[in-house]
Amino acid sequence: MTTDLVRQEVKSTDGIKHAKKEVNWTKYILMSLMFLYLVVFLLIPLVFIFVKAFEKGAEVYFAAITEPDALSAIKLTILVAIISVPLNVVFGIAAAWLITKFQFKGKQILLSLIELPFAVSPVIAGLVLVLFFGPRGVLGPFLDEFGLKIIFSVPGIIIATMFVTLPFVARELIPVMQAQGKTEEEAAISLGANGWQMFLRVTLPSIKWGLLYGMILCNARAIGEFGAVSVVSGHIRGETNTMPLHVEILYNEYQFSAAFAVASLMSLLALVTLLIKTWIEWRTEKH
Amino acid sequence: MTIEIRDVSKRYGSFQALQNINLEIPKGELVALLGPSGSGKTTLLRMIAGLESIEEGIISFDGKDLTNTHVNQRDVGFVFQHYALFKHMTVFDNIAFGLNVRKKKLRPKKAEIEKKVYELLDLVKLSGFAKRYPSQLSGGQRQRVALARALAVEPQILLLDEPFGALDAKVRKELRRWLRKLHNEMHVTSVFVTHDQEEALDVADRIVIMNEGKIEQIGTPSEVYDSPKSPFVYDFLGDVNLFHGRLDQGKLKVGSVELNVPEYQNISDKEAVGYVRPHHMKIDRQKQSDDAIAAKVFFCHSIGPVWYVELKRENMDEYVEVELTKEEYEQLNLSVGEFVYVRPKEMKVFIPEDFVI
Repeated sequence: MTTDLVRQEVKSTDGIKHAKKEVNWTKYILMSLMFLYLVVFLLIPLVFIFVKAFEKGAEVYFAAITEPDALSAIKLTILVAIISVPLNVVFGIAAAWLITKFQFKGKQILLSLIELPFAVSPVIAGLVLVLFFGPRGVLGPFLDEFGLKIIFSVPGIIIATMFVTLPFVARELIPVMQAQGKTEEEAAISLGANGWQMFLRVTLPSIKWGLLYGMILCNARAIGEFGAVSVVSGHIRGETNTMPLHVEILYNEYQFSAAFAVASLMSLLALVTLLIKTWIEWRTEKH
Repeated sequence: MTIEIRDVSKRYGSFQALQNINLEIPKGELVALLGPSGSGKTTLLRMIAGLESIEEGIISFDGKDLTNTHVNQRDVGFVFQHYALFKHMTVFDNIAFGLNVRKKKLRPKKAEIEKKVYELLDLVKLSGFAKRYPSQLSGGQRQRVALARALAVEPQILLLDEPFGALDAKVRKELRRWLRKLHNEMHVTSVFVTHDQEEALDVADRIVIMNEGKIEQIGTPSEVYDSPKSPFVYDFLGDVNLFHGRLDQGKLKVGSVELNVPEYQNISDKEAVGYVRPHHMKIDRQKQSDDAIAAKVFFCHSIGPVWYVELKRENMDEYVEVELTKEEYEQLNLSVGEFVYVRPKEMKVFIPEDFVI
């Protein structure tokens, strides 16, 4: 949601530019403030991560990101993203479709529910999962009988990540689909298309950029989520550590270079994500 | 295909959108559903298409009940008010859509589809536009693509929802004439919705006038225009002057004036309203008969060859509009502020008891 806000702010300053010429000094003061702020809080720390990561040379850096525990953390993080993003896409499209194309009671409640993960601290989300699926939780002992372990294992991490990332796709799609209305779909149906053809040929192409944007945000969060995952993971090295958790462990063990090396890898992922996101925004604006 | 609509009603929550609609649209006719916004005309059209469910009543095509037939099985072509073209597809792909989504068995070969699309592009005078996207077309061109797209599947019935509503006046007139010509060539049963009387009178074989979810009158353009069955139809189909008065033995008494109404000989002392079209009014300098109403010239203006004279009735806060040809106007040589007499040449009287206005 924060990125969303930034995007809107950037857009609204665009409008001010065209307004009055005499208030230009306000613009410059704001711009310098903004610049200073971004440099101090974003750019310097980001550069610092890379500096710190390479402090003891490239060899140590590559050793840190190729040692078995690190590799397992990377693998697990990717696995979590690969499972949670597609599931969120399906849920997001279904929810956005339901909300924008149908009239029903409780629509507002559904909307609020979708946004709930934004409002709730991830730690609480993790705790709720422990209460539910933990060894002494409501469902835990029952699942245990079937040999299903959710908490302190991979399924728990995936569920926690899904909870936290749930709003991203739906939130991106709802305004897009609302703006589109349903006449194009009605046209497709009246021309003889069945529901599936209508979705693939008409709905999906018209929402694809919004969908991709939501997926990018969802993916970024899935990779970076710490709070909820930390509660349910149990921090078992080589088994239930994701990249953020691995960074924390290394840091706590005073392996700063290694911690920053893995952190730099994550930052790189984030930067790539940001680049793709910017490209998508540029494409959508062009359309 | 003949469309038959029997006792169809539609309700959205507490809002009664349609009430007991009975209508038969014969094969090959071009029918206009005409009415103000909120009259239910679009709802009825969408029900024929299957875009709205039918809960009460029956709609059948050639005697086949369609209540439970899905839109994509109804064989209708639907043209939307705002075109609803697929924005991400070229004009070619838009028109080919209906053929491309057919089941493999029924789908024409690629070359056949191509031939068909180019034929249709020719028909809607857009050859050379196949590779364009909808955003690169004008409103009129978009609407023609929408029409070609609907015709590509060779529908049995063509339904058009305010097809020219979003276009400017000149393009609208051109397009509706062209639609009429097209209909004469193709003879596909067509129904179009409009709130523009002129459009309906100009294009349709028959007009169905709707108001508040009910059908007010069905008839050919001249039938509905010349003999409106209700004050609503009279009012809706053109400008009108109203004369409120009392009906008594074949005369409508409006103040001191007595207007002749031979068709109501047997009614005595009832409130009634006389409806007179502006072009059925005559202006005289001298009082020539009992039905002449004294009025003062208030305002004159012309639109092309037609002159409109607005007059204020003597001692009353009511205005009368008279439509004159240029010659008539020049002969009269009226000046603003002058006192003259106006006289209805033709009048239709409605008794409010029968028709709530």
